[in-house]
Amino acid sequence: MDGLAFYAFAYLAAAVLAVIVSQRLGLGSVVGYIAAGVLIGPVLQISGAAGSGYLEQFSEFGIVMMLFLIGLEIDPQMVWRLRAKLVGLGGLQVVLTVGLVTAIGIFLGFAWQQSLLFGFVGALSSTAIVLQTLEEKGLLESDGGRASFAVLLFQDLAVIPMLALIPLIAGGAEGAAAGGHGAAHGAGLLQGLPGWASAILTLAAVGVVVAGGHFLSRPIFRMIALMGLREVFTAAALLVVVAIALLMSAVGLSPALGAFLAGVVLANSEFKHELQNDIEPFKGLLLGLFFMTIGAKIDPAILRDNWLIVLAATLALVVLKAAVLVPLAWIFKVRATAGWLFALGLAQAGEFGFVLLSIGRDRALLSDGTVSVAILVITAGMILTPALFALYDRIAVLIDSRGQTRADADEPEEGTIIIAGVGRFGQIVNRMLLANGHRPVILDYRADVVDDVRKFGVTSFFGDASRPDLLASAGLAKAHLLVVAIDDRDRAAEIVAHARRSNPDIRIIARAYDRLHYYALVEAGADHVVRELFGSSVEVGGLALRALGMHPYEVEKRKTVFTDEDVAGLARLAPLIDREIRAPNNAQYVAGFREISKVIEDAMRGERGAYDDRVRRGWSPPSSGESHVPHKTDS
Amino acid sequence: MRVLVLFAHPAQRKTSINLAMADAARRMDGVTFVDLYADYPRFSIDIDREQERLLAHDLIVFQFPVFWYATPALLKQWQDLVLEYGFAYGPGSKKLAGKRLLASITTGGSERDYAVGGGNNHPIEQFLLPLRQTAFLCGMEFLPPFVLHSANHIETAASQAHIEAYANLLAALRDDVFDLDSAQQSSMLTRDDVARLTRR
Repeated sequence: MDGLAFYAFAYLAAAVLAVIVSQRLGLGSVVGYIAAGVLIGPVLQISGAAGSGYLEQFSEFGIVMMLFLIGLEIDPQMVWRLRAKLVGLGGLQVVLTVGLVTAIGIFLGFAWQQSLLFGFVGALSSTAIVLQTLEEKGLLESDGGRASFAVLLFQDLAVIPMLALIPLIAGGAEGAAAGGHGAAHGAGLLQGLPGWASAILTLAAVGVVVAGGHFLSRPIFRMIALMGLREVFTAAALLVVVAIALLMSAVGLSPALGAFLAGVVLANSEFKHELQNDIEPFKGLLLGLFFMTIGAKIDPAILRDNWLIVLAATLALVVLKAAVLVPLAWIFKVRATAGWLFALGLAQAGEFGFVLLSIGRDRALLSDGTVSVAILVITAGMILTPALFALYDRIAVLIDSRGQTRADADEPEEGTIIIAGVGRFGQIVNRMLLANGHRPVILDYRADVVDDVRKFGVTSFFGDASRPDLLASAGLAKAHLLVVAIDDRDRAAEIVAHARRSNPDIRIIARAYDRLHYYALVEAGADHVVRELFGSSVEVGGLALRALGMHPYEVEKRKTVFTDEDVAGLARLAPLIDREIRAPNNAQYVAGFREISKVIEDAMRGERGAYDDRVRRGWSPPSSGESHVPHKTDS
Repeated sequence: MRVLVLFAHPAQRKTSINLAMADAARRMDGVTFVDLYADYPRFSIDIDREQERLLAHDLIVFQFPVFWYATPALLKQWQDLVLEYGFAYGPGSKKLAGKRLLASITTGGSERDYAVGGGNNHPIEQFLLPLRQTAFLCGMEFLPPFVLHSANHIETAASQAHIEAYANLLAALRDDVFDLDSAQQSSMLTRDDVARLTRR
């Protein structure tokens, strides 16, 4: 127990410390985790003892979860929209870079298998670092950002065949039977089976993942969601990922591939955002752990002996990647600033390189020393990334000052609309927006409601809208409009306050339960507040007047004036509100309220008051007997 | 003729003579009476329904009080929306051609105001030029307007006479006993003209 607690303490402390420092320096969290690994491994000699092998295996779940999340992000429509860039730009980038790096590797005297592995590693860029940086700089929706995203997506997909290929080429290198531990897993279930049977079993396992994800997971998730057991939902989400990893290992496939498949299957489910939010922290930590185990294995002696090689290889890789990207960007019309963002942003190697390298080492394709050097090269490239983005900034300023960007200026995408709560109220708002060509993102915590709404073809997600992370994944940071239409009064105010804090420019329309709630929402930062029953009550009041024989247009006028008076009264009463005292006990508020009511009541009792005056004011003829028209000719 | 009265008054007070005229028209057999402000209190005019109504009648009467030398807002909106291109005007689509348009109006100003040198400096029919031209463009015959000046200050007996004359005018037009040729000689019609031009 002491040992475990000590390891946990050492790893967590190093991670927290190194990541904070790395983040502060603008190097991103991946570099921080690797530094933490170096700290506990080579520097302090804490790792290497009993726990670390177990930790390493555990940390590989980080990769599995990352692929699950990437799968969840795959939106068929978006992939279709990006198809040209995805296949053309991404495909050419990967193929050309793999080819060039492999050729150089062979030229330098490595075996072709090793060179190909270097090619794979070199072709990939760091999804985590690049997407995070683009997001921070607000460049994700720009031309260059979108092209970068397409290439990163293609690379993430290309990892899957790469993972599958490494054991094959490793097998080729060593003869028939390779001895990595991944193959040992596979042997467990398939041993002794003829080739055709194991192929069928493998296909069946993939079928189980797809069918299970499609038909089984949703009813189960829905049931759990309806029970309202949050932590059980999280457990179920983790269970799905772990179960898939086990199943895939059992048939000798990559757990990451299975997780990716399951993610794609669940990408269109209403539980997408909830799953993302539940898995995300685990993925983040486990991936961090993975990077730390990478760092822990770096041998400082190797860096000392090979620093020149590391430096040269890093620079060569960055230059080579950029040299492939620049002409591709030009061919695919990603030009001027966008082209430079694209070429410089993607010039580093990525975290998947670590995964490929560790598999290569397990398969005895590479020696420990080579892997260490390669890891150092990737890490150095990542450390260089902020410098490359800084270089991009300089180039962008230069190009801008030459005034050449106007022609292909980046166009921001249409802003998102979020509707929190899609009961009877939010639904109408949503229908009006849909009818006018907008596609709001809908959040509701009642799984049955989300389910029903989806049957009507509305994009909606299950989740508690007052959770900041869910709002964030719905796109709060960039949204133009938020409509808060949930029943829970305190939560509604919380959502408004949170949205206002995290996106000062967003327009917020909130639904209030009553007058007091109205004030709470205004205070929380809502731009428009509507009392939920006010409109329909006025409508019924108008119908009542009509039924009593009042002319329909007269009714319209009276409704308008009544509404205006009442809303104006709300604003006048605002300063009298005291949250500490219940409204009926607040003498000032009661007095103010009565004053407003009196104006309206007077008119209702037939006495003349401001309300009646306002209604009558229109189209009044002059009352004097004389003509009111000034005569030109005095007579 | 099949008569359609389109009445437009945004403030229908009991003391309004226009309202009394409307009530008289509303009660008449063989006359279709429409209170536009009652049908469309939110100004959301049903264009198809209004166009069908027009096609089903031969004489269209705009009955309204003159506000700032023009029709009330809803009647203007009615013109803007109902008299569409391809329905009321445009090549080969003058579906209202041959119909007649009559304005029955009340003014706050006196006859003296509506004269050269008066406060409004022009006779009332000149202010109706937009309506006249609208009728012309639609191929409709614009009848001389039926006018009541000083509508807010009229004596009870005179107002009663005007209301009756209005009902008689609508009846005579409905029964095709109104001398339209002679009427076209005048620039406007008063309650006295109604009796003079009715040929029963």
